[in-house]
Amino acid sequence: MTEQMVNIEIDGKTVKARKGEMIMQAADREGVYIPRFCYHEKLSVAANCRMCLIEAEKAPKPLPACATPVMEGMKIFTRSKKAIAAQRATMEFLLINHPLDCPICDQGGECELQDLAMGYGRGIARFSERKRVIKDENIGPLISTFMTRCIYCTRCVRFGMEIAGIQELGDTGRGEHSRIGTYIGRSVDHELSGNVIDICPVGALNSRPFKMHGRGWEMTRHETVSPHDCVGSNLYGHVLRGKLMRTVPRPNEAVNETWIADRDRFSYAGIYSTDRLERPMLKQNSGWHEVDWETALAAAAKVLRSVNGDAGVLASPGSTTEELYLLQKLARGLGIHSIDTRPRQADFRDDEFEPLFPWLGHSIEDLERLDTAFIIGSNLRKEVPLLAHRIRKASLHGAAVMFLNPRRYEFLFPLTAYLSADAYTLPAELAAIVKAAAKAARKPLPAHLKDFVQAQAPQAEHEKIAAHLLQGKCAGILLGHLALSHPAYADLRMLAAALADVAGAKLGYISEGANSSGAWLAGAVPHRIAGGRKAALKGLDARAMFTEARKAYVLMGVEPELDCWDGTAALGALQKASVVAITPFVTDTMKRYAAVLLPACSFGETSGTHVNAEGRWQSFTGMAKPVGEARPGWKILRVLGNLCELEGFAFVSSEEVRAELKQALAEIAPDNQFKGTRNIYAEPPVKGFKRVAEVPLYSVDMLARRSAPLQATHDADAAWVRLSPVDARKLGITDNAQVAVQHAGARITLPVKLDDSVQSGNVFLPAGIAATAGFAPLYASVELERA
Amino acid sequence: MTETSSKISLLSKNARQVIDEAVKKYPEGRQRSAIFDALREVQHENKGYLTVELMDAVADYLKLEPIKVYEAATFYSMFETRPVGRHSISVCTNISCMLRGADDIVAYIEKKLGIKTGESTPDGRCYLKREEECLAACAGGPMMMVDHKYYENLTPEMLDRILEGLK
Ligand code: SF4
Ligand code: FES
Ligand code: FES
Repeated sequence: MTEQMVNIEIDGKTVKARKGEMIMQAADREGVYIPRFCYHEKLSVAANCRMCLIEAEKAPKPLPACATPVMEGMKIFTRSKKAIAAQRATMEFLLINHPLDCPICDQGGECELQDLAMGYGRGIARFSERKRVIKDENIGPLISTFMTRCIYCTRCVRFGMEIAGIQELGDTGRGEHSRIGTYIGRSVDHELSGNVIDICPVGALNSRPFKMHGRGWEMTRHETVSPHDCVGSNLYGHVLRGKLMRTVPRPNEAVNETWIADRDRFSYAGIYSTDRLERPMLKQNSGWHEVDWETALAAAAKVLRSVNGDAGVLASPGSTTEELYLLQKLARGLGIHSIDTRPRQADFRDDEFEPLFPWLGHSIEDLERLDTAFIIGSNLRKEVPLLAHRIRKASLHGAAVMFLNPRRYEFLFPLTAYLSADAYTLPAELAAIVKAAAKAARKPLPAHLKDFVQAQAPQAEHEKIAAHLLQGKCAGILLGHLALSHPAYADLRMLAAALADVAGAKLGYISEGANSSGAWLAGAVPHRIAGGRKAALKGLDARAMFTEARKAYVLMGVEPELDCWDGTAALGALQKASVVAITPFVTDTMKRYAAVLLPACSFGETSGTHVNAEGRWQSFTGMAKPVGEARPGWKILRVLGNLCELEGFAFVSSEEVRAELKQALAEIAPDNQFKGTRNIYAEPPVKGFKRVAEVPLYSVDMLARRSAPLQATHDADAAWVRLSPVDARKLGITDNAQVAVQHAGARITLPVKLDDSVQSGNVFLPAGIAATAGFAPLYASVELERA
Repeated sequence: MTETSSKISLLSKNARQVIDEAVKKYPEGRQRSAIFDALREVQHENKGYLTVELMDAVADYLKLEPIKVYEAATFYSMFETRPVGRHSISVCTNISCMLRGADDIVAYIEKKLGIKTGESTPDGRCYLKREEECLAACAGGPMMMVDHKYYENLTPEMLDRILEGLK
């Protein structure tokens, strides 16, 4: 597509501009700064602040640059007398009602209004009447408000409508009584809501956890990457006297654009939680003692060397690639082959057919260019908020977005089809779609799937999904977190791959944690060694290493009772073994099973690399001073390697570790082609109610779970049993009543939410939260009764 | 709808019919335009004012975020978002009416009803609206609007009659 260009002149310089674009856009591209408040490149044009007035030749009055399209031959003056006069006049009006309280305002020093007032404001105010004052509402634990400072640019309102997809803030009242808020004093809950803090040009919306904690100019700024999901949002960390004070987005169009999720923004608060393990500890004579590093490392090495390879190693998929590379090198060097980073996966039958790493199948940016997206088992908004944002964009551009999920989730964009089915029948539902697609495409079914697929009877919705996938020129099929933790994940994957084949769509994975890709490439999975090559000796996977108890375990950055698919089995095995935990945080549970506790650096304190879902390597350096005596994971592992007298542990930097791994990787090209063939195994029928576990947005990893502001949000209010109203009626259970859930002798009591999105027979009981820690596998039969 | 119970049941059958009719007037997906008709009817049925619950009900019914309804209801002066007397009295105090003695009219009403502008009589009968801009009846100033009806060239005698007629 060739764009039509026009010639314009900005401040005497002749430039080319795209026909139809606004003067502001052309000027920005040319590096000519026009003052603005309401204009934001990612939002619609509101043209309500008038700060961007400029002079154009032949125009009798100044024109707003953000809302005036360029025209051939236009001559624009952004700094002429007339333009400056208009800008100054606007500034004077804007300041009429502004409190000018910069000295006590959190935005001071990084405020667009303050900056522009410096350039355009009058030294003395001519307005001596009373300024209007606005009473603040409480809009939740993340955003603090000081609405008297608001200049009504409506960026925050447009953000809700256009980016989040739900308007939570609005402009109520009129004229002088106009105010930005929720009107009823409710919290702003969208998972991207924190972005309004950045886009608010004044100090009206600020970070609540950061309130009164520091000034922009006192802090040092460091580039880093968010450790929570497979996007790997780019961040700046702001550090004051060695402490990470806040994280804000670092623009990168290809990854996170200018946005970050609230999880990326507020999890840093967890670093300084009271759970931090500050010194190495040893369990001696049935008591815990703080010891020096040397003693602790020697004790850890002794455990590792004493078991003859009979150990399990489980690490968080949010660990750095360097840590994971060294961890597997250490383990394999000691003859320990059971190493995994997939604690929430249950079904490993197809490990041997897995791709090089769980690749998204597309670049993150390309997701928004899909014309058809079919997502299987994912509450995408609450799993990876910024991928949901890309899919939302695709949908708004007209893509057919479709889901197959165990229940209805709220997506804030148009959906073409939504199939909601009993969680335990997802493979059958998917098979029905495969059948419909094969029939419509007149393609034969793959032999190994034939029996299972033939047995299904596609309904209209199945056919619709199939038809859209076949029509799509650029179609993607994605497997989400709920698919990954499904007890028949391998079947879902095989069927999804077959569907992708039939429909000519690309299969992709929405992997867990920030660094599943890196973990696979580094060999931190039982079936692959570093470089993604097949392991000659395949160890036990994350589930089997606990059901087949080992003599010792190494845990890195995980809390098995919260992170494992079967937390009960994990705790059982850990209690009987010698456990070395490399961990930033310590809990009472950990103290019960561990023998050695090694304090590791948390987010922001260590250097390393994460590889995101699209395969992008993103390295970062440590920026904050480690809490207590915590050390970077890679250093701990290096010393352990040396203490265990293993070859090749003489690294002096994490870059060296990375370089060694990179060598092993050579040239890799991600490919999600699934080449496995086997029959679908019918899962044994489950009796009674069937538990399905979602992992709440802020319970995904150790750090997020410890962020007090995140834990105070609505999304963190997850300790509920969700039950279909039909089942509840049969059991005589009412909304909010307490129910006891039982499984294999374990019993927990929680309040009920009646939820008509839940299929009859399913019970949604979240994982990753204290209330369900160590209770039953993520999918299990449970009994319910009124408590 | 998932767990949240919808407030639609607060709307009367008649209100729903009115809203349905209004929605039909606009292109599909533009049901936001029906907010005014909806609020007017709902306010009318609720003795002249809106509550947050009722606005939420309208939002649910129109499948809009509630804030969109609050925005409209608080912007337009014909909607009341707190309890007020059932007869709404608005005296124009804009320039033409002011020159013709609107201030005296307001003072007279205030005295007669024993309330200040912006207040309602304790018996819930009358509400004296705070501010009304020019109602486009300048030639008949001073004027006022009582429950959508205009009264022009006001005199104290007329006010006595009109106000006493409000039941
Ligand atoms: S709160 Fe900030 S972003 Fe929102 S309208 Fe006011 S100044 Fe603009
Ligand atoms: S930036 Fe152009 S009017 Fe606000
Ligand atoms: S000034 Fe009163 S109606 Fe116009």
